[in-house]
Amino acid sequence: MAAKTIISRPIYGTLSPQPGKHHLFLADAEGALAIVDMAKTAPPGFFGGAEIVFIPGPDGKHVAALEALRPAQFHLAPSFASLLPRLKQTLSNAHMGLRLYLSGTEGLIGQAMQVALEAGIDHTSMQTEHRGSLARRMQCVHCKGITENVTTQPATCAHCGLLLLVRDHYSRRLAAFQGVCINAEDRSEIPPIEEAFP
Amino acid sequence: MGITFRKETFRDDFTFKNSPEHIRRFPFPFHEDAYMYAVNIEPHVVGPKGSVLENLIDVDEHYVAEMQDRALVLAEDPLRCQSLPHMTLAGWDLLELLMEQQALGYPEHFTLTRDGDRWRWINRPLGIDDTFTFGDTSTLPYGPMEYITRQSQGDFCILDQRDGNLWMDAGMVTTQADWSLDFDIGMNFFEWHAPVPLAHEKGIFTRALKFLTNIQQGKPARRLNWTMTINPRLDTSPENYHKWGPDRTTVTPENVGDKVHLRVELQSFWRLPRSNGIVFPIRCYLIKMDELVTQPKWARRLHRVIRDLPEELATYKGLTRYRPTLVEWLSKLDDGSATSPGFGPD
Repeated sequence: MAAKTIISRPIYGTLSPQPGKHHLFLADAEGALAIVDMAKTAPPGFFGGAEIVFIPGPDGKHVAALEALRPAQFHLAPSFASLLPRLKQTLSNAHMGLRLYLSGTEGLIGQAMQVALEAGIDHTSMQTEHRGSLARRMQCVHCKGITENVTTQPATCAHCGLLLLVRDHYSRRLAAFQGVCINAEDRSEIPPIEEAFP
Repeated sequence: MGITFRKETFRDDFTFKNSPEHIRRFPFPFHEDAYMYAVNIEPHVVGPKGSVLENLIDVDEHYVAEMQDRALVLAEDPLRCQSLPHMTLAGWDLLELLMEQQALGYPEHFTLTRDGDRWRWINRPLGIDDTFTFGDTSTLPYGPMEYITRQSQGDFCILDQRDGNLWMDAGMVTTQADWSLDFDIGMNFFEWHAPVPLAHEKGIFTRALKFLTNIQQGKPARRLNWTMTINPRLDTSPENYHKWGPDRTTVTPENVGDKVHLRVELQSFWRLPRSNGIVFPIRCYLIKMDELVTQPKWARRLHRVIRDLPEELATYKGLTRYRPTLVEWLSKLDDGSATSPGFGPD
């Protein structure tokens, strides 16, 4: 679980079954376990009105556990980018009262929330639970490029190559943490690079 | 007699200077020999003649050069000016406010004439004479916020008020002290202030938000904020930090007076009539140490403030690298005698 740091950073909760008929779950990797844990307290028939979309990640685990919940719809996606067109359509056709549950890495939660916000769903009406990797999605404040799965502090921008301090300052609109050049004043200063977001 | 606008630059050869009259009117931000955060908000009312508060929207000798610098920043990076779709009406509110205030304070330079929705705006220093329909964006060369803030000194944030909070939903930000509009747009009051140290724990932002959400039309408020900048550079954005950051390594005992600048923000807060938003102009004033220390009281006081500043604040304001050099230089101008109360020079 990520420690709470500063106010712009999202606070994640624990998924719990919400009233309503339509439930959309989005999870990656160990986020599946948040859904499985939540299912233990769900009323009978809850998943009969649920769609689960899952991005398993490299080790491919947890697919069977989710299928065992027997959701009305179950979709496996290889990446968030591949999922995007389908997700946009689902949200734009959603019934009033659709409940959204996001679980897994901060990158997945943030990007899914970004798409949902654009579709007019208020961020306070979504359930989130952070599970698994602490890897961050980072926007370089200099070139504006997004670097995915940042695990080190500092981290190199995948676009412009500057060495960036990964700040805790977070933008929901960009679904990204801010990266600012760490040695802007004297480029010959190279701080040690440490594994900070495993 | 009107203002004589200086020809000067805020980049490359850095020819920016203050005239002697502008040194005297500089909004020195320390009323005592120490500094700590406080909710230092007061009513934004007209102040003494010859001060930066003589008019509620101040236009000074740097106006033309600042507008030229803004145009250069926007040409390089259009993301410095953004407005979320629901903010256009607030942009018209701001256009009205700035045209009215500038025409009121400086009739020799600006003229606004209105015939119903048909408005004519003459800006003599920039050579602009435009007629447009108020409320119809197609009759202006830019959106209303961008149009008028390309002709007004200072950065501008327009805040939408909803859910008991203020949301940074539009802005023109080219002279900022190290924060990114592109990153912070869409955030609420607490979120965009999240990186500021110490102030959250002191409850500063909770009290400030309560005050701001209650601001009434026709009763603007203001506060001062400050930092320091090496070279008279307006664009100290995080976007360009890797370009201006190395300036901070260039301060020596010989060049302190010319290179180190006190940077003061006169922030004001105005309720907008149609949109119910709040506009937050952040007007930046720069003064180099050589100019500032022509006022002995300011030299003594600045020495004591910078010397005694808590380390966390010095780091946040980016002073760490050159603070010892600056304090040593200022100490020679501090004979230890008392300073008079209040901001102004003796």
